[in-house]
Amino acid sequence: MVNPNVQGKKYPATDPYLVGREKIREFAHAVQSTNPMNLDVFAAQAAGYTDVIAPPTFAVVIQERSLSTVLGDPDADIDFSRVVHGDQRFIHARPIVAGDELVSELEVSSVKSLGAHSMVTFETKIYDATRELVCTAISTLVVRGDE
Amino acid sequence: MTHINIATLEVGQEIGSTEFLLTRDSLVRYAGASGDFNQIHYRDDVAAAVGLPGVLAHGMLTMGAAVQVAVNWVGNAGAIVDYQVRFTKPVVVDPINGAVVVVTGKVGEIDAENNVVRVDLEAVFADTKVLGKAQARVQL
Repeated sequence: MVNPNVQGKKYPATDPYLVGREKIREFAHAVQSTNPMNLDVFAAQAAGYTDVIAPPTFAVVIQERSLSTVLGDPDADIDFSRVVHGDQRFIHARPIVAGDELVSELEVSSVKSLGAHSMVTFETKIYDATRELVCTAISTLVVRGDE
Repeated sequence: MTHINIATLEVGQEIGSTEFLLTRDSLVRYAGASGDFNQIHYRDDVAAAVGLPGVLAHGMLTMGAAVQVAVNWVGNAGAIVDYQVRFTKPVVVDPINGAVVVVTGKVGEIDAENNVVRVDLEAVFADTKVLGKAQARVQL
């Protein structure tokens, strides 16, 4: 069982993640994006961006850095081998752009029990180097208990 | 901002449909690009050992591919201001044939005041919907 007392727990900001242009292209190909904004610097700049922008779900890469901290926290007691991804949401204040240096701060927003299972919801706020909010990522994991 | 005139849209209108072929190569590519190296996404023995019917596509890969239907419609990945899904069914990826996920987008809600359209996405694999409440808010 997930420790219900971690509800409300906040984890410190991760080290800055520098978003690379080729990383965005690599991710874009992986999710089968053909959108020029993800791939073509000139197209992105013509649309007013400084460089290529990331696909809408790229923020998962940043969220993952915070989540791994929680999964490694003995206080939270989450057994990763029993984790199933329940749902996911990304609310963007602006798209992620190549060259961004991003940090993320995670809060455990809720821990619920469903019989033997636990549902844990995390809210990860992603900020740029000027501390402006770029994206809020909300993720719910289902942790299967003993049947 | 875009070529789409919100006044011409109707709730329920289809905005596009795309077939995504997810092969084992796609899963390896996504693992590398995303950093999610959970072995259930590339090893049959590990998938079987934890009771799965086979190697599964990353839910985040299905989520990331599905939204491309909305991105292609609006023409700009940066127009997706809010995107959520629920992972309801797994996508089992055959080692030879892969898995075909068909994604269809429809206008779900029109917010003319803010020039935002909610696109509802339906992702179907083997006659089964694999995402629930898949909604992308698109800023026009």
